[in-house]
Amino acid sequence: MAQEYRVLLEHADKINPESAADYIQVGGYKGLEKARSMNPKDLSEEVKKSGLRGRGGAGFNAGMKWSFVPQYPETKYVVCNFDEGEPGTYKDRIIAQKNAQALLEGMAICGHAISSNQGYIYCRGEYPFVVEMLKNAIGNAKESGALGEFNIEVRMGAGAYVCGEETALIESIEGHRGEPRFKPPFPGVEGLWRMPTVVNNVETFACLPYILTNGAEWFAGIGAKSYPGTKVLTLTGDVENATYFEVPTDYLLRDVIYELGGGVKGGKKLKAVQVGGTSGAFIPPQNLNTPIDFDSMGAIGAALGSGAVFVMDESRDIVDTVNRIAKFFEHESCGQCTPCREGSFRCKEIMEKINNGKGSLQDMENLQVLARVMQKASLCGLGQAAPIPITSTLEHFEYEYLRKLM
Amino acid sequence: MLLISLDRLLPRVYAYDFLFVVGLPLKIKAKSLKGGCEVANYMDIIVSCKDKPGGIIEAYHAIQKEYNYIPQEALREAARVFKVSEAQAFGVATFYSYLSVEKRGKYIIRMCESAPCHVAGADEVLKTLEANLGIKAGETTADGKFTLELTECVGQCQATPVVTINSEPVFNVKPEMVPQILAGCK
Repeated sequence: MAQEYRVLLEHADKINPESAADYIQVGGYKGLEKARSMNPKDLSEEVKKSGLRGRGGAGFNAGMKWSFVPQYPETKYVVCNFDEGEPGTYKDRIIAQKNAQALLEGMAICGHAISSNQGYIYCRGEYPFVVEMLKNAIGNAKESGALGEFNIEVRMGAGAYVCGEETALIESIEGHRGEPRFKPPFPGVEGLWRMPTVVNNVETFACLPYILTNGAEWFAGIGAKSYPGTKVLTLTGDVENATYFEVPTDYLLRDVIYELGGGVKGGKKLKAVQVGGTSGAFIPPQNLNTPIDFDSMGAIGAALGSGAVFVMDESRDIVDTVNRIAKFFEHESCGQCTPCREGSFRCKEIMEKINNGKGSLQDMENLQVLARVMQKASLCGLGQAAPIPITSTLEHFEYEYLRKLM
Repeated sequence: MLLISLDRLLPRVYAYDFLFVVGLPLKIKAKSLKGGCEVANYMDIIVSCKDKPGGIIEAYHAIQKEYNYIPQEALREAARVFKVSEAQAFGVATFYSYLSVEKRGKYIIRMCESAPCHVAGADEVLKTLEANLGIKAGETTADGKFTLELTECVGQCQATPVVTINSEPVFNVKPEMVPQILAGCK
């Protein structure tokens, strides 16, 4: 189990990601060819059968999402969510920089399934160099004829975490403030410019060529049954090999840290690991023998999310780290809905108070109440997930809080 | 398809690593910023994005590429071209942390303070940056050369803490590297 299983990154650094010819030489664009030989309905069924679930964090069945798109409107859009803003995550950048053509092919496959000829890649503003690379890759693919009639335009974000939320992302492409919309209607029915739109993550799209080329059964047979395939993880924090890995989804969290990651830096003991980025739960060492797939993570109160794995050694101050995270959400809350705007502000205020040794037991209780309100009443995933680092550390690392109280 | 790839054994080369040796920028691209406020120039930039639906953010990026911020006249012009109110154009420009309606320096230095950089010592680097530049985060030096900003994750967490200079990342920054990094900005 100590090895990687590379599908998306098999040819990383061996091919030029901008070159369609390079990609075709290693079997690229065969999936699109096959997809185009199928009728759109069968194509959605095939993807549904593969069990591919969204790699951006929500874990929704991709084929199912596509099947919600009505056939009758003439204009439909394929949108790639490349706004990975989750601290500790850079897997979409790696996939794009190593295998950009697979992303383009995946988008074109989705385009065939929903009968759309227009795709958008919304790339985060922190990656202007990736935007340039993607534009070249698209130009090259168009020139080679590999994409056929399917067009892709790259739009660059401008540093707003909330734009990772699909409706906020759509608002941003439309040239507005990135404030999430009410759902329903979901983008599949009413998305970009009020037209049916499929929004999928970079990694989700990049899986599609391999599913089509090798068959749905092949993909469904990799890793965990309920969340098959591979997952690109980014390992950060106090770990020897702070880098990225692609593993089957039934891979154990312990092996990610101790086998691939080479263990905690300097031979220190592990205190906590946060999976799924900054909005993920803190996991105590006793829960390390859990597979990384979506449902197994959910069962221990955590989330696979974007696949970021942030390791903290025994010397780390949990309250200080969570205080930093609370500041992040206060900064990134878009301010549209009250539970998130006010809640994230109060969370930060209380966390700061506790971190500065001025907190009380009442403050800890208030955090719990605040967390419940935010999780239940916030408009989008940002406000709903923001208190998770707080509640999970109050559960598993209560002593860290208690020792900082007045 | 099971493999342990070769690059696991070799030092990993990232696409933009050639700019840096052990985290130090050899050369940081300065922007050729326009000094005066030539309305005609904003016009050209904005009009070039006119045909893109929702292209106002693209236009702002293009303006910032030239000026490092969005001057008020450009905001007005963008509102007119994209047929939104000036309030809306302003609302968009101030929503995103990478867009600025305040004048900024030639080099925009951003210190990442997200959790992975935080535990790797971002606070110390920030203090050193502030001391060396003589400004606080959010300010611009009097000579208009540097603007220091705080940022959330820039997606380079394989080499924390990270600073970006005009969006180009500098890896594994230690406080003692700060003077050299600043000296690299001519």
